[in-house]
Amino acid sequence: MSASRLLTSRDLEQHRETLIKNRKENRTIITICAGTGCLACGCEAVTNAFRDTLKELRVSSDVEIKTTGCHGFCERGPLVVIQPEDTFYQRVKSSDVKLIVEQTILGGQLVKKLLYKDPQSRKEIPKERDIPFYKKQMRLIFGKNGYMDPTSISDYLALGGYGGLAKALLSMTPDGIVAEVEKSGLRGRGGGGFLTGKKWRTCKRAKGEPKYVICNADEGDPGAFMDRSLLEGNPHSVIEGMIIGAYAIGSHEGFVYVRNEYPLAVKNLNIAIHAARELGFLGDNILGSGFNFDIEVSRGGGAFVCGESTALMASLEGKIGEPRAKYIHTVEAGLWDKPSNLNNVETWANIPTIIEKGADYFASIGTATSKGTKIFALTGKVNNTGLIEVPMGITLREILYDIGGGVPGNKKFKAVQTGGPSGGTLIVETSEARIHDSMVAHGNIEEDEEALSLLDLPVDFDELSKAGSMMGSGGMIVMDQDSCMVDVAKYFINFLQEESCGKCLPCREGLRTMSDILIKISDGKGDMKDLDLLEELSQVMLDTCLCQLGGSAPNPVLSTLLYFKQEYLAHIRDKRCPAGVCKELVSHAIDETCTGCHLCLKPCPTDAITGKLRELHVIDQAKCIQCGACYQICKFNSIVRVKRGEGERIQQRAKETWAPPIKKSAAKAAGVAASAA
Amino acid sequence: MSAQSSPHYDIQEAIEGIIGRYGAKPQALIMVLQDIQKHYHYLPMDALKLTAVKMNLPIAQIYGVATFYKAFSLEPKGKHHVCVCTGTACHVRQARVIVDNLELMLGIKARETTSDGEISYETVNCLGACALGPLITVDEVYYGNMDVTKLGKLVDELKHVNVSAKTGEEAE
Repeated sequence: MSASRLLTSRDLEQHRETLIKNRKENRTIITICAGTGCLACGCEAVTNAFRDTLKELRVSSDVEIKTTGCHGFCERGPLVVIQPEDTFYQRVKSSDVKLIVEQTILGGQLVKKLLYKDPQSRKEIPKERDIPFYKKQMRLIFGKNGYMDPTSISDYLALGGYGGLAKALLSMTPDGIVAEVEKSGLRGRGGGGFLTGKKWRTCKRAKGEPKYVICNADEGDPGAFMDRSLLEGNPHSVIEGMIIGAYAIGSHEGFVYVRNEYPLAVKNLNIAIHAARELGFLGDNILGSGFNFDIEVSRGGGAFVCGESTALMASLEGKIGEPRAKYIHTVEAGLWDKPSNLNNVETWANIPTIIEKGADYFASIGTATSKGTKIFALTGKVNNTGLIEVPMGITLREILYDIGGGVPGNKKFKAVQTGGPSGGTLIVETSEARIHDSMVAHGNIEEDEEALSLLDLPVDFDELSKAGSMMGSGGMIVMDQDSCMVDVAKYFINFLQEESCGKCLPCREGLRTMSDILIKISDGKGDMKDLDLLEELSQVMLDTCLCQLGGSAPNPVLSTLLYFKQEYLAHIRDKRCPAGVCKELVSHAIDETCTGCHLCLKPCPTDAITGKLRELHVIDQAKCIQCGACYQICKFNSIVRVKRGEGERIQQRAKETWAPPIKKSAAKAAGVAASAA
Repeated sequence: MSAQSSPHYDIQEAIEGIIGRYGAKPQALIMVLQDIQKHYHYLPMDALKLTAVKMNLPIAQIYGVATFYKAFSLEPKGKHHVCVCTGTACHVRQARVIVDNLELMLGIKARETTSDGEISYETVNCLGACALGPLITVDEVYYGNMDVTKLGKLVDELKHVNVSAKTGEEAE
């Protein structure tokens, strides 16, 4: 294929037409998800098996195999979707491939055992778009992932790619573009939620040359991986957005600062930049417009604080990634003290859509103050984990139940954490009155205001902030009854303490002291004064930290104190961890529901569990180190985590009441006899 | 090959090659150090000193960067490298059980190397495949939905054979 530069927008349209014409209509395409999740589940072996099988059965010429970016439904990987029928196969192993080729590709039949089964109705759902996980989503930015090979610029062009760029360069003025982005109401997707158009306008007006545009792909929030999946699965959308932004602002040099821990993203991005340069989307005189722009990729050093804009720019310069005070904004003096416009990956990826479909279309999606869609990483204790893209304003209930499919293993839903380490933990299941009182006490709402059940909270920038959390980059971690909120706060504070750059005192010392207090509480050595001290420290940090890492660091503590004070009190007053997580306060014991299956014996690192097969097992309380390996593996919920010292009593009771499990066949017979009677 | 045993010109050649990829611009420093670490599995002091000369940067700045970013190590690492993800999603799915048991199995703590120099292990804050938690990587191959039984098998294999050629499929 020719890779000559496209000199005008007519060239681009002709090239696109040829690409589309050359693709056989209605040809069968086997798309295999090759996002990180599916790679970890072995999708490479599946791809190879498809290649071999097609060759073996001599069908290769009519059927195309396409390895695509992430489809989002990581829980079910490796995913195979067959187009144009949209047949969706999940958890495909290389041993299944022959069956798929013979029955579906050649025979036109479905392979039932690989279809997604609706957990409620137990019915198979053959098409990807009908699966509840996808049905409630609106995949404006993320949708192309499933249809294109991220290393192929032709695929992106065939799907209409770089159309937004052509429109921007050739029929819009830089001011017009900025105005369009302002009108769309797009807010930064990296966490802050600052208006993108406003940022562009300030940078455009700023004095100084050259100006830089930067893409922040230093996705450090644990529990968030949407930027990774966008860069891996659709790097051209980010590049296109950056070129449009650079043209609008008047910049000729762009940087992508991407985590070194994302090798596939780095690779695909570099391939995409190279291809874009070859076709003339990057370089001099882009599409004959006279505008010059190019992008350089910089691999990050792996420091959480580098997600902060001033630290990122320091790191781009090859220095230690320490933030600086922002009384002079980076849009005026950023990288090498020049005006620099930094946006997050997802923000850039929104730009082509806004330009192509118009600000009015974009602004018609979402809520009054938050427009468009947002990609969330739905993870933790939820049935359907993965990446989801939903319109702003969707309720938590829809996300957690309709898309997420609820909590696995009949456990109780407890909380959802959004916004990464700087975000908050929202209570979900509790009495409304308690939420109300707690929110009033903390000044979040007025006495006569009604506290929404948080499940009906519309998810957007402002509602999440009002509820004591934040949007952040879009991590959404679901917790069930097995999560202890003191432990969660301790986890985040410890994380932030490790990641604090140490430049300013309130962050460095504040986090260390907070961490000490939380460890004390979770060890059962806390007293009531500690809670006051935590709140006081939080306030000082909110007021005085240099950057947002420290300035938002108290959020995990404040939000858990807001919604879960009872749990702190249980640790302090009763020396009890209600969720059974805090090691020092917990004993593991086996109760009378034990079936004697022996499963827990092997993983026990101290050989503390003894018992004969099909007889009651016992944990030697002196030997047990409370690691929880047995709790994790038991299929009958027979391992219980109780207050420290009560294990013996539970096991004594089990000894007295335990009866051997009735065999399945016998149980059935007993059931039949009972119903007959 | 360890750096101590390599003749001096080897380092010279390696560092020049690496700097040549990016040019001796100060903003390339982090990527240069990443590539040096990839080559030697750590940052040998000799290599840092040479980088300072070749890139015309003060050694203090290079040492500062090398110690600020977590991905860099000034100590040699083991032949095989195990990373346990302790990001939030993995934490909620009890990554601590994996950490506790791995430490018992290997007899080392995070950021240490076994006495035979074979295996080193560290915990990291997020590997970015959160839907598969708890998650570990062994020599950069991902293993999702870990439990202690699977972990035991992996560690046994690691102690006896090279696992780097395997895919995650059989970790199911």
